[in-house]
Amino acid sequence: MTCDEAEILLHALIDGELDAGHAREVEAHIATCPACAGKLAAYRQMSRQIAEADLRFTAPPRLRLRIEAALPQPQIQAPSRRAVLRGFAMGSAVSAIAATGLVAIVLRSDDEARIKSEIVSAHLRSLQAGHLTDVLSTDQHTVKPWFNGKLDVAPPVIDLTAQGFTLIGGRLDYVDARAIGAIVYRRRLHVINLFVTQTASTEPRAAKTETFQGFNIRSWSEGGLNYWAVSDLAADELAEFTDKFGIAAKSSAAG
Amino acid sequence: MPVNAANDDPDKARRFRDAALPYLDDVYTLARYLLRDANDAEDAVQECFLRALKHFDSYRGPAMKPWLFAILRNVCHAEYARRASAPTADIDDVAESAGQTPLWSEAPDTPETQLLRGADASTIRRLVNALAEPFKETFVLREIQNLSYREIAGVAEVPVGTVMSRLARARAMLRSAWLAEQEPPK
Repeated sequence: MTCDEAEILLHALIDGELDAGHAREVEAHIATCPACAGKLAAYRQMSRQIAEADLRFTAPPRLRLRIEAALPQPQIQAPSRRAVLRGFAMGSAVSAIAATGLVAIVLRSDDEARIKSEIVSAHLRSLQAGHLTDVLSTDQHTVKPWFNGKLDVAPPVIDLTAQGFTLIGGRLDYVDARAIGAIVYRRRLHVINLFVTQTASTEPRAAKTETFQGFNIRSWSEGGLNYWAVSDLAADELAEFTDKFGIAAKSSAAG
Repeated sequence: MPVNAANDDPDKARRFRDAALPYLDDVYTLARYLLRDANDAEDAVQECFLRALKHFDSYRGPAMKPWLFAILRNVCHAEYARRASAPTADIDDVAESAGQTPLWSEAPDTPETQLLRGADASTIRRLVNALAEPFKETFVLREIQNLSYREIAGVAEVPVGTVMSRLARARAMLRSAWLAEQEPPK
């Protein structure tokens, strides 16, 4: 093999694109050619530096909203997406007024299923490489201000590292074409997404755990906010998380 | 059963949303490198997703990400054609012949094996953006989007061998520029 051939092929070697035969040939050439060996090392180093730098861009939230808005919206099946969202924000109010009638209750459970599925989709999306956090920080005083101006609510960001749940950052997500705050925690290798959105009701709603597509979802309402904690953690550990979050949220609100 | 369930089919929109929207940041990143301007990139990405939705019924592959990239690339080409009078290099107007004068030439006293010092992301982005097309596109698809050579060949509609030579050239240019950056000429 000549140096000219090796010069092109060493890139394919770095990228793992060579079959075993060609890889052996390039490696044999490099073993006897200090110049090409030096180039290989130099380009490997450059690729490593590029891989370590964050060269990606994040699409601005308004772009996602523009695209969402341009997509056809479901219209039949009664409520529009926006109406569903309103109904969803009103959800706990509806259940508080227990005797609202069968229709409202049927609609509500329908909405709940839809929201649950969107929450789980958002959780799944977040697990893809590079989608977990928009702001990466274990410091609640970095994550909380990051949400300012991005949402119509200020989600409580609470560091639970001492309680065994590490805060790893925050993210803007979309549920029902609406921006929603996600606070991301980790427990061992399990990711917990805590989604927070506004609710019209100030009535607290006790936490309950449901399972959807193999994920545990624990939802509750407190202080005018709806919460959904989603994870592949076992239900009892997820309950532990929400309990500790609740206690810490109360004490930080009081302090 | 309607054979031609038009674009306003909500179920199709939902499937499309689930399949394509997770790649929004990837598509936006590519657009930022191809078009440089943030506003142009946003418009191109929106157009890309609308076109993708239109063709979603006939989508059979490749993987979603390279498929979206190929569409975005066409949108960007149209954008280049639109501003043909602007003094911006067209995406394909740099000849690839070996005789072409390289944009950067290796300083003669620079050993080819000299190691690069670390640079921050904004510096590297600027160096990547300064690469001429089609080298930049190939480089971004490989190093930032992690596409395979075959996928890059599909997106750029060139043979795999061309991808390889463009990538080698792109990396050589980037390395020279990077070295020049850390040792400004006296």
